[in-house]
Amino acid sequence: MMDLNDLYREVIVDHNRSPRNFRMMDDATNSADGYNPLCGDRLTLSMKIEDGVIRDIAFQGSGCAISTASASLMTESLKGKSVAEAEMLFDRFHKLITADGDENDPALGKLAVLAGVRQYPARIKCATLCWHAANAALHGEKNATTE
Amino acid sequence: MTRAMTLDASRPASPAFPVERYRADFPILNVRVHGRPLVYLDNAATTQKPRIVIDTERRYYEQINANIHRGIHTLSELATQEYEQAREKVRRFLNARSTREIVFTRGTTEAINLVAASFGRSRLKAGDEILLTGMEHHSNIVPWQFIAGQTGAVLKVVPIDERGELVMEEFHRLLSPRTRIVAVTHVSNALGTINPVMEIVQAAHAAGAVVLLDGAQAVAHVPVDVQALNCDFYAFSGHKLYAPTGIGALYGREALLEAMPPYQGGGDMIKAVSFEKTLYNDPPYKFEAGTPNIAGTIGLGAAIDYVQSVGLEAMGAHEHELLAHATERAVEIPGLRIIGTARRKGAVLSFVLDGIHPHDIGTILDHEGVAIRTGHHCAMPVMTRYGLPATARASFAFYNTRAEVDALIAAIGIVREVFRR
Repeated sequence: MMDLNDLYREVIVDHNRSPRNFRMMDDATNSADGYNPLCGDRLTLSMKIEDGVIRDIAFQGSGCAISTASASLMTESLKGKSVAEAEMLFDRFHKLITADGDENDPALGKLAVLAGVRQYPARIKCATLCWHAANAALHGEKNATTE
Repeated sequence: MTRAMTLDASRPASPAFPVERYRADFPILNVRVHGRPLVYLDNAATTQKPRIVIDTERRYYEQINANIHRGIHTLSELATQEYEQAREKVRRFLNARSTREIVFTRGTTEAINLVAASFGRSRLKAGDEILLTGMEHHSNIVPWQFIAGQTGAVLKVVPIDERGELVMEEFHRLLSPRTRIVAVTHVSNALGTINPVMEIVQAAHAAGAVVLLDGAQAVAHVPVDVQALNCDFYAFSGHKLYAPTGIGALYGREALLEAMPPYQGGGDMIKAVSFEKTLYNDPPYKFEAGTPNIAGTIGLGAAIDYVQSVGLEAMGAHEHELLAHATERAVEIPGLRIIGTARRKGAVLSFVLDGIHPHDIGTILDHEGVAIRTGHHCAMPVMTRYGLPATARASFAFYNTRAEVDALIAAIGIVREVFRR
């Protein structure tokens, strides 16, 4: 039987209550809007990229605890990473919550707390919305959806 | 006898509703979810099916299955007979004058699309107005947008107030000689509001407009009499009335159906076809192209029989008690806000919790075995009106119990605990 605490781990509840990097960014070089038409979650993701490195990253929007915590955790883990590292993390994270990615993969760091989402197929898109937006922003696209 | 004596003192003095007896008619109510008994409170999305409906469909496929209105063999005649008997059951259920006024469709959505496409395309021209309300389901918005785009007709929208009631002064103000059709939901799926449809029909007719009522959320909860309502079209879905999915019906005033062009072309909707000219069949067959959902239609007939054996009045009264109990308990929960507090309401409790997104509520409630709907309920303009992305919605049927309402309230308590850490 699934344990609710596997999904709503304390770190997730905390990041939902006090999301990190939850602000506007005036000097963003890359930004994209993410939208999940299924549940109406929306977020705007902004990045400042210099010399191929994500110097700053922030988000704003509204969504469920999983989507907000995932975006908050993502901004923490992407800040200071190179674009190539960010793309690698996108793949690892995607594997973690849709397939059998390794929760103990050191590259994932705190992102591993979202592993519980894979037991809830209806909620996977909540966790991946911010990553789709980040991916779109990295590739100069303005919009990302989970569809 | 003993049942009557064990009445909860807090209940109004109505005869006890034998809910446990009726629950036994629904096999799915024995299912367990995450190891807990299913508490099914998503009845506005779809209702569960009584055994008699399931058995009727099985019996049809095992003993009668044949195409209708075609064969002269025994099974085809039997299938045709049962199919047409179901039409008579729907006629009686809605108190239509004639079975010629009952068109079978896939559901409410197809029924509204039929009216929008057929009536709309043949009657609307640029500058004509279609009057909707701010609480319509997408299925009573989008078909009208299609037809407005094709004809140059204009959509007008009656606003709703904070309680979730139509602002009737605005309705009367928006109704004009240019209004050709008024399309309104009888009962709101997102808010539960029961609309003053008599007043709407009367005023619309006085202005020379026809009225379509979306009865998807009404038919399982309030008795509907299309002659008393005096509406021109009434649409409903079987699956919200304890019948199978994929079957519903449109009531249309006979003279209107006569004058309307066909919706889809194909078999059964014609009298004679040549490459030069086709002679269309009479209503309702004119609107029933192709082999229909025969099993579902017969299942709908069985569901109507079932509902009438229980009695819509008694069902409605029981549901109203559940709603009153749920509302009373819900308002005690700190941070809970009910969305939709109309003075006349169907058995729908839409709510939000401070700082907790409805999807998280839905997931945690599911863990407790409690099935509710979360999201925009296919009524995004309603969400926009309240400035919300979504709500959580519990909707009750006559087979729900006070204990299930209490299970809902307890599960909301668990949601609050999870987020209090």
